[in-house]
Amino acid sequence: MNHNATPTRRTLLLGGLALLAGCDHQPRASFKGVDLTDASYGRDFRLQDREGRERTLADWRGKLVLLHFGFTQCPDACPTVLARAAQTRSLLGKDADKLQVLFVTLDPERDSPEVLSNYTRAFDPGAVALWGDAQATRTVADDFKVFYKKVPTGSSYTLDHSLLTYAFDPKGRLRVALRHAQPAEECAHDLRQLLA
Amino acid sequence: MRRCLLACAALLAAGAALADVTVEDAWVRATVPGQKTSGAFMKLTASADHTLVGARSPVAGVVEVHEMAMDDQMIMRMRAVQAIALPAGKPVALKPGGYHVMLLDLKDVLQAGQKVRLTLVYKDSKGELDDVDVEAVVKPLTAKLH
Repeated sequence: MNHNATPTRRTLLLGGLALLAGCDHQPRASFKGVDLTDASYGRDFRLQDREGRERTLADWRGKLVLLHFGFTQCPDACPTVLARAAQTRSLLGKDADKLQVLFVTLDPERDSPEVLSNYTRAFDPGAVALWGDAQATRTVADDFKVFYKKVPTGSSYTLDHSLLTYAFDPKGRLRVALRHAQPAEECAHDLRQLLA
Repeated sequence: MRRCLLACAALLAAGAALADVTVEDAWVRATVPGQKTSGAFMKLTASADHTLVGARSPVAGVVEVHEMAMDDQMIMRMRAVQAIALPAGKPVALKPGGYHVMLLDLKDVLQAGQKVRLTLVYKDSKGELDDVDVEAVVKPLTAKLH
């Protein structure tokens, strides 16, 4: 058997993680998503809710926060991630009420705060929709490394956009990025780590 | 008339070669007030090699066929496609994460439980156009993947 003769990519990766873990003295949580504990971006945002009040991440201190970026005209990906958020909440069982779902529009031109809020609450009655003008939307997207771009289609336009869900711990720190393909079970797994 | 409804599946089973494209499990995602777009999903099986080239619906001003794709940078891209190949006897799924029929300029809110009429336009191997009517059921916004 020669598969032990050379280090595989996996062992190299694990070795790298072990080295990283050796740098601090706390055991690291193990996430199914992408660990962003050391990320230097995605600290905060300044956006408006349905009533036009300014909201920042500090408003949900003490909660687990799932932050999504998308647009209501999206027929496929955005409903899928918002439905997953609702499903994740039910998987959290007794901790369900510790979860706050947020949805930021990348299409402020067409998504009025009201439509946006109707849409978001249809998935999760406690979810909060966040809106900014064109400049504020660009700023929050840049701050969270979210890509979005208008693409003409027939008589209208659609958006290409990043499809990651960010999870924040109850202290308001960005911890995990959940990929679109990850099921609700994996999202719930990572959120439980953030409560531990 | 080579037009058919969902019922043509039964006719096919009875041996009548009427159905050129059979549509199963057609559904549309519900919308909320003010939302002007939605997507329709279904499974299509053609009896001979055909190509889906378009769609229309009385509930929408514009109907397009789209493909959604994710790249390795986790960026979702959606594009109108001109045609989807429907190989003979092979089911083709229009489902979340792949193809969908995009309904734009919706005239009203789509409520869960409601039925939406869609007409799919396809081309046969000789280049002749035909169409098939479909009744799609509206499922809640939170409908899971199929």
